[in-house]
Amino acid sequence: MSFLTLSLALVFVLIPLILTKTLNLGLGKDTIIATIRSIIQLLAVGYILTFVFESENLIYIFLMVVLMITAATHNARKKGASIQGITWKLVLTFIIIEIVTQGILIGFKITPAEAQYIIPISGMLIGNSMVLSILFLNRFTAEIEARKEETELILSLGGTPKQAIHHSLITSIKASMIPTIESQKTIGLVQLPGMMSGQIIAGADPVQAVQFQLLILFLLLTTAAVTSIILGFLSYPTLFNSRMQLVKWPDKNNDPA
Amino acid sequence: MNTEYAIELENVSYSDGPLKIIKNVSGSFRKGKITSLVGPSGAGKTTLFRLCNGLISPTHGTISIYSKNIQEYEPTKLRRNVGLALQNATMLQGTVYKNLQLPRSLAGETLTEDEAADLLTKVSLDKDLLKRNVGDLSGGQRQKVSIARTLVNQPEILLLDEITSSLDRVSTNDIENLIEKINKENGVTIIWITHNLNQATQIGDDTWVMMNGELIESGPSSLLKNPENEKVKQFAKGDFI
Repeated sequence: MSFLTLSLALVFVLIPLILTKTLNLGLGKDTIIATIRSIIQLLAVGYILTFVFESENLIYIFLMVVLMITAATHNARKKGASIQGITWKLVLTFIIIEIVTQGILIGFKITPAEAQYIIPISGMLIGNSMVLSILFLNRFTAEIEARKEETELILSLGGTPKQAIHHSLITSIKASMIPTIESQKTIGLVQLPGMMSGQIIAGADPVQAVQFQLLILFLLLTTAAVTSIILGFLSYPTLFNSRMQLVKWPDKNNDPA
Repeated sequence: MNTEYAIELENVSYSDGPLKIIKNVSGSFRKGKITSLVGPSGAGKTTLFRLCNGLISPTHGTISIYSKNIQEYEPTKLRRNVGLALQNATMLQGTVYKNLQLPRSLAGETLTEDEAADLLTKVSLDKDLLKRNVGDLSGGQRQKVSIARTLVNQPEILLLDEITSSLDRVSTNDIENLIEKINKENGVTIIWITHNLNQATQIGDDTWVMMNGELIESGPSSLLKNPENEKVKQFAKGDFI
């Protein structure tokens, strides 16, 4: 696709712009900003990836993954600001996700140890892990607030912090995993996954594209389970002190790290 | 420190941020006796209970249980031994049996249906309630289940926070009798918060009067009829029928 052809695709930006103006939705400015940002960001990534793929230098792959983890942590930490040290808990979670998944993929020779495979797969997994973290932290902080009396009841009867928080923790882990599992149930029926569609459009064999997509789906399942569980078990102890008392949460506007 | 006392407080203060809730309280609760804790709302009575159960720690001062600093107790053991039943009688969703089982399951043990039924009988409730959902209980039944649940741990000290405040006369009488029964039969030290000064005089051996985070006066339960402190006189005035 040439840049001229791509510029014709801007017609699809004009349609929502005309609609938002006609219906007074007030979204014109946001639509233009989103369009410009996506063009700049994706083109920049395209050129960076070309450079990284051609250089075949492991340092660049490492730096790309570090950048992804930094961006994902920055995005997700706001949702868990009331949990002490959430920044490092998120970083650790993303690192574990990256090591476990890439370790299995490369270790079992499922995918080659090349930038062309490592970077896009890492992007999908860390991105998914970030969304899962946000879902988990949103639900977990809400559960703790809502079940404060129940948590203190269990503590007052001689329960441990783990017993006191168990219900909130399990509910939050389940709630954050449900969207991933549910979306996989209807995949291929309601929508074709973006990566698979991209491969087919680029001329790949549809069956091979499906095989690759299945691999990603299974990886996303692992990511979903591992992210919520690691983050949950890293987070709950910070809610209690050494006397097994529920500690007061810091102001959400304060730096949690 | 004296073993005559179940709980001793020495210059105990507790602050929540800039707010001073308990202010330099010193005093003791006699072992095996019933002490009524009275005072207007916001006096710090419930906070004092939370301090004694170890849910929070004093900002300053020392609390001792049987002459041993509360900080030296393993928190779970302390809380099983110093039972706490709060006014709101928080319940887990599910049946009465599930709620009665809770303290045992936390200790990795099981409470049999027979044991649970005995507990219900002890708090003057029909054992048929065992299978009932806690959402279907009346206020009085809920309070009694809350007390029964605290008794599962067989605490030596029992802290009861305004457990009769929302009950009718019959249920209140039941609870009063139950408090005396638990104290006499099992030698449990009971400290209970009540707003009813007649009740405090009749049921308690001792009385503590707290106001604005301070212990204003303490002594035998009869002190409310003839208090020495002016503030207590004012507080008691009009509350006696």
